[in-house]
Amino acid sequence: MSTGVDGGAAATGTPRSVTKLDRVVIRFAGDSGDGMQLTGDRFTSEAAAFGNDLSTMPNFPAEIRAPQGTIPGVSSFQVHFADYDILTPGDRPDVLVAMNPAALKANIADLPAGGTLIVNTDEFVKRNLTKVGYAASPLEDDSLAAYQVHQVAMATITQNALADTGLGKKDAERCKNMFALGLLSWMYHRPTEGTERFLREKFAKKPDIAEANVLAFRAGFYYGETTEAFAVTYEVAPAKLAPGTYRQITGNTALAYGIVAAAQQSKLPVLLGTYPITPASDILHELSKHKQFGITTFQAEDEIAGICAALGASYGGALGVTSTSGPGVALKSETIGLGVMTELPLIVIDVQRGGPSTGLPTKTEQADLLQAMYGRNGESPVPIVAPQSPADCFKAALEATQIALTYRTPVLLLSDGAVANGSEPWLVPDVDDLPDLTVEFATEPNSPDGTAFWPYLRDPETLARAWAVPGTAGLQHRIGGLEKADGTGNISYEPDNHDRMVRLRQAKIDGIPVPDLEVDDPTGKARVLVLGWGSSYGPIGAACRRVRKLGHSVAQAHLRNLNPFPANLGAVLRSYDKVVVPEMNLGQLALLLRGKYLVDVVSYTKVAGLPFKAEELQNVLTDIVKGVDAA
Amino acid sequence: MTTIDLGLPGLAGVPTADEPQKAKDYKSDQEVRWCPGCGDYVVLNAVQSFLPTLGLKRENIVFISGIGCSSRFPYYMNTYGMHSIHGRAPAIATGLATARPDLSVWVVTGDGDALSIGGNHLIHTLRRNVNLKILLFNNRIYGLTKGQYSPTSETGKVTKSTPMGSLDHPFNPISLALGAEASFVGRAIDSDRAGLTEVLRQAAEHRGSALVEIYQNCPIFNDGAFDVLKDAGEAEQRLIPLQHGKPIRFGANGEYGVVRAGFGSLDVAKVSEVGEDALVVHDAHAEDPSFAFALSRLSTQDLSHTVTGVFRSVTRPTYDDAARAQVDDAKASRAADLGSLLRGKDTWTVIA
Repeated sequence: MSTGVDGGAAATGTPRSVTKLDRVVIRFAGDSGDGMQLTGDRFTSEAAAFGNDLSTMPNFPAEIRAPQGTIPGVSSFQVHFADYDILTPGDRPDVLVAMNPAALKANIADLPAGGTLIVNTDEFVKRNLTKVGYAASPLEDDSLAAYQVHQVAMATITQNALADTGLGKKDAERCKNMFALGLLSWMYHRPTEGTERFLREKFAKKPDIAEANVLAFRAGFYYGETTEAFAVTYEVAPAKLAPGTYRQITGNTALAYGIVAAAQQSKLPVLLGTYPITPASDILHELSKHKQFGITTFQAEDEIAGICAALGASYGGALGVTSTSGPGVALKSETIGLGVMTELPLIVIDVQRGGPSTGLPTKTEQADLLQAMYGRNGESPVPIVAPQSPADCFKAALEATQIALTYRTPVLLLSDGAVANGSEPWLVPDVDDLPDLTVEFATEPNSPDGTAFWPYLRDPETLARAWAVPGTAGLQHRIGGLEKADGTGNISYEPDNHDRMVRLRQAKIDGIPVPDLEVDDPTGKARVLVLGWGSSYGPIGAACRRVRKLGHSVAQAHLRNLNPFPANLGAVLRSYDKVVVPEMNLGQLALLLRGKYLVDVVSYTKVAGLPFKAEELQNVLTDIVKGVDAA
Repeated sequence: MTTIDLGLPGLAGVPTADEPQKAKDYKSDQEVRWCPGCGDYVVLNAVQSFLPTLGLKRENIVFISGIGCSSRFPYYMNTYGMHSIHGRAPAIATGLATARPDLSVWVVTGDGDALSIGGNHLIHTLRRNVNLKILLFNNRIYGLTKGQYSPTSETGKVTKSTPMGSLDHPFNPISLALGAEASFVGRAIDSDRAGLTEVLRQAAEHRGSALVEIYQNCPIFNDGAFDVLKDAGEAEQRLIPLQHGKPIRFGANGEYGVVRAGFGSLDVAKVSEVGEDALVVHDAHAEDPSFAFALSRLSTQDLSHTVTGVFRSVTRPTYDDAARAQVDDAKASRAADLGSLLRGKDTWTVIA
């Protein structure tokens, strides 16, 4: 990671060496009550403010407060920042901050030899050590000899620093995460004004707590500056990103903003009907703040009522949206089918998590693809759009809306836990460049004799049906879940009509134009293609860079439209000797590709609840590329 | 669009028709396909005759139904309508009513649809007090699936799925609705067109959720379920009609009445024995639902004392009005500036 040592002095304090790095991965780990998510988030904001490219990965237990000091209670936040464009939150940390023995034990295996370990020694007492199975303190034997260990009594120093504030011992001790943040901010020359401002805003109603946190933050910073414990500080220069205005954004926030933008661009009110579920709830939280854009958020009694209310709103001419995770999609499937039959626009957001059943609520997975594709009774096709990174969720939401409104259909938006909670810089779009999503509702009779409204007469080009909303005079009609007669929309049990309608609904979805698949092959000589979808874009991209750095050729392509597939997909698949499809499931996209294109793709799968590591994919791809090139 | 204050809060915001309407204006071109003798015909006719009296624009009326015999209802109405999925009509209607203040939204459901598969949506719709009129056709049987017992069937009922008798204790839909603190609860019998029309009228005028239970005969799978409430000589002993502000009396000559019993409950007594002053005066507007609940408990599984009319009609904020008010408040107090939202508080600029 190092790109050379600069022997100059740090800007302040004791003169010491400054090492320039192109990228660093830091992992903050502690008990779920230690505030590690906040600490990581603040460090990320500092990196963003400094102009680094960055990517983050929170990792926390499903329990709100698992037993204190235990391995299941460990919460961590990994941030990767760099002076160039990066694609992943990093495979392994360069720096591990461990606030207690449990955090050390749970994370130390990921720290490579030579890595920096910063430990809060105050928690390394016998009781805590025993709790996680350490017979002796790892700080006192040679088990950590491979690492650069910094032992810091963070709680004690924080309490001493806050001694004059009048804050109780316990409250003072709780500020130790800000001490850790201050120390790391000093080590990496981070700007600090943003964090101090943030703390004063966050605790505006409790000014003493705000000041205590600022003091602890500064104590950490000064501790680094004044003690001799840290010989080196590090600089990671701003990244050379495309010109423009950037902000840091998580996937769930970007997705919520995409819905707000969809409301503006379609000039339709939005009704989000939803039920709280991890990891999708933040979309509800975010949208509930933006009612001034004509957004109503309805927290329903269950998943089914959430989507039903959204569909009811769509029937009334609003944009109905529902947000959930896999278990919720299972409950919503009958209503998605009703949306398919009644041909009404509906956005169904599935932030995938580990399954089956309750599975791993806070971990990521891509195993809902076949559920999204086929998880309904009857022939019930729905378009599927999958964002590839946190910031990409904004665009994906707009695309899903455009399809839903144009084709009068439910659309599945397949995000996942990694995309939803991860963050990265986002080149903020110009509002004037956003697509026009306005809809034309039917206002006149459309039957062949011009006297009646036929709700199932279709646009010959899009096959979308005419959409008249209640309140439109003279166009009263009835729709529902029973099979419709082609054209009139009356109930029909006629065999040929059903066959025709099944095929029409399929043809409508199949005919949605989606952009051709673009292949990235810098040498133009690759014989192996890696094809992914969704959040694996980052690790696959990083792995391809590494494979190419080793002197091999490999092509990369990424699907964001999983139904329908891009028209050129079959041709792309057939133009490579081997196609590798990495997925965080047991090969769901691979199954679809083999079934549709008869191409025997190589399925590489992992279902660990965590994103792929670039290194792991690099090894897999290198072996395959070598094999193909040798053949 | 013309919006005229009808003085009926339940319909505030719904535009009124320019021309007088007739029942036939509300009949769609679809052939009605219920079994001959089905109580649904009577209810359909009553609704089609009643709606013109509201004088609303037809295109601003929507019927949403679930699944079951009664849920075919929207197809026969020349209004907007959706025949949806089993049990979910109240949830779909909630979204529609929240999105569209200019619509009069009606839900048509049955005992299986509303109380079994859709029980959750029903109670939550009622507690939220969404501005919906819910017509619950109770025939105490599953008709469309050909004769299984329903959540209102009497214990011990022998049906296709219960050859040795049903084990379930039935719901009392009125008690259930009052338990959910429904702001309007009424009951009518399919054969009593005048009584049904009066309850429908009050329901339409009510702002908020109105649950109207309609006893409806299924001539095929549960014929005669309500005959004791229709037979001359028998019915007068059993039916207890409610009128707000009037002492509750019944019987062919008003010889019976309702009196207070222990612990807030009510009982039936002979007026000659207790005296007129002991009779309870019906108060549909009582804030506390306990009184209406006690009335609902007079009617047991065997229909020995069946209260009809409006049990409860109280005013409280409706979910959809409040949800729209929040959106309106936000629009009035904050600029809908998308660019500013997207940029947020912390941005940085990369210069070319």
